[in-house]
Amino acid sequence: MTHRSRQLRVSSLARVEGEGALHVVVADGHVESADLQIYEPPRFFEAFLRGRAFPEAVDITSRICGICPVAYQTSAWNAMEDAFGVDVGAPIGALRRLLYCGEWISSHALHVYLLHAPDFLGYPDAVALATDHRAIVERGLALKKAGNAILELVGGRAIHPVNPRVGGFHRAPTARELAPLAEQLRRALDGALATVRWVAGFDCPDLELDYDLLAARAPDRYAIENGRVVTESGLDFPPSEFADHVVEHQVPHSTALHATLDGRRYLTGPLARYTLNSAQLSPLAREAAADAGLGPTCRNPYRSVVVRAVEIVYAIDEALRIIGSYERPDPPAVDVVARSAVGHGVSEAPRGLLYHRYELDAAGLIREATIVPPTSQNQAAIEHDLTRVVSANLDLDDAALTSLCEWTIRNYDPCISCSTHFLELSVERR
Amino acid sequence: MKPSLAVWKFASCDGCQLTLLDCEDELLTIAGQVTIAHFLEASSQVLPGPYDVSLVEGSITTSADVERIKRVREQSKVLITIGACATAGGIQALRNFGDVNEFRSVVYATPSYIETLATSTPIAAHVPVDFELRGCPIDKGQLVEVISAYLVGRKPDIPNTSVCTECKRRGLTCVMVADGTPCLGPVTHAGCGALCPSVRRGCYGCFGPMAGANLLALTGQLKTCGMDDAAVGRVYATFNVAAFDQGENHDASQ
Repeated sequence: MTHRSRQLRVSSLARVEGEGALHVVVADGHVESADLQIYEPPRFFEAFLRGRAFPEAVDITSRICGICPVAYQTSAWNAMEDAFGVDVGAPIGALRRLLYCGEWISSHALHVYLLHAPDFLGYPDAVALATDHRAIVERGLALKKAGNAILELVGGRAIHPVNPRVGGFHRAPTARELAPLAEQLRRALDGALATVRWVAGFDCPDLELDYDLLAARAPDRYAIENGRVVTESGLDFPPSEFADHVVEHQVPHSTALHATLDGRRYLTGPLARYTLNSAQLSPLAREAAADAGLGPTCRNPYRSVVVRAVEIVYAIDEALRIIGSYERPDPPAVDVVARSAVGHGVSEAPRGLLYHRYELDAAGLIREATIVPPTSQNQAAIEHDLTRVVSANLDLDDAALTSLCEWTIRNYDPCISCSTHFLELSVERR
Repeated sequence: MKPSLAVWKFASCDGCQLTLLDCEDELLTIAGQVTIAHFLEASSQVLPGPYDVSLVEGSITTSADVERIKRVREQSKVLITIGACATAGGIQALRNFGDVNEFRSVVYATPSYIETLATSTPIAAHVPVDFELRGCPIDKGQLVEVISAYLVGRKPDIPNTSVCTECKRRGLTCVMVADGTPCLGPVTHAGCGALCPSVRRGCYGCFGPMAGANLLALTGQLKTCGMDDAAVGRVYATFNVAAFDQGENHDASQ
């Protein structure tokens, strides 16, 4: 093996959502390029949303991603309600936040236990992990189940919920129906705190992010279901100005569009949220973070597993708070009257900020749709990390370097189906 | 030796294979009964075929996938499609009724980089399929039933009736009769357990048309509920658009 001319290929990257490939070229001991090749077939949502009625966007865009459908639904209704000047009020807003907490718990538990932890512990998957540590995997599955229980009770279904709509819900659950859910969540909270302690003990490679961070921010809470957009570099703008700062452009090696922030590389997702908004976490979540050795910011992408665990604690804590002060929305949805307008919506999908924009006609039909998913935004940052990781680890053999690359990609919980899409990894050294 | 299970993905949202991971109570039990030989979303361990049971998610939308599904079929003793994309082409089959080149140019600045077919087609249009599990997404209970059935070599117990029968069995009041809410329940394949009527919403057809669905009669009823022709067209044209289109002509004006 020589560093001057090596070629490394892995046919598929596993434990990510969707399909793609990575091509790294190393020449003369120098990383020439690291392309995340997303080739998952495009599905053209933005094209066939045109001509659809505004309420349909909630059901249709949820089908972009089976892992984070509530994120798509939420950004869609945020944009529609922005366009039509609708304010749903506090009780509906709280129920929506509860629903979104369910998605965070479920998606994060899936990623921490089933997709990411095997990297730290040297297993191919959680099933193999369970043969040695069954109780740990069962704890993760119980957490995931608690998140799904929220999605099923409030949303009507865990994947592609049927109950939410533009303006609110078809039916709001009663306080009595929510009571058993609170019981399940109180038990899950112990599991979530144990999760933080567990992942805090994982050995992490060193890597320090050196680019800008972007997240939603709400004045009075850790932003999840809406907010303004802020960056570590000091930008602070409403969703309507998103397109002034974030520009998507196409690259030949990907069916996902790449995004830049004022021409620069940036990151969205748990690290960005935590670094920008950790002061807004609940006392319990902040304490769990401090005990896990996290400061007020976190810039090591491998430590994102700890941040996700802390966000699970927060989401359960927050879900319990919402259930504790639940006021059943009556009616379950406010009236929505269509008008010719443009609307913008953002929300924090488990893997990062998701932006929707719709142009609507007077009858409420969609004239134009733009969707910027988190993984498109993070693609350039992932490629940058890969370049640095490969450069710093050229002494590793091909198998070890490949595993490290895959692990690095999983740090971002990329949702390739969202961004269109599948990872197949090949590293060419010449 | 334990039977082997493989999970394959084509054009889709990952939601149907996620349903397998959503079987939190059954997952480790299933994993104890089978060898998970190929399941990229969940494992980096890939074992060579042949496979006893393959679950296939997603529709065929590229020429490479036309070839890939043939190789999956060759390696699979039993091939089961999971979900509306694999079984009916999914919502991406809306391209079948539009101009894919125009679609491509709407989404991508340099459309020539994007390789895609003009159609999104179900798996059964390309290779023989042993069982088609409906739904967008599939139902968790039905998935466990189908896997269990094929592992012991019996026929899955999946009712081939309409959502109406599930709605009645739950004792729900009919949203169309009582509230005048348009509902696809009478023509939609059962399987979800009448989720939408349980929140006083009309069914919107996630499981696709049941066999022998009387679309003509339902279309008249939808119009009685206040839907115009365009709205009726849209409500059939979602996640199972190609399957509803192949059903009986639903345009009552013709």
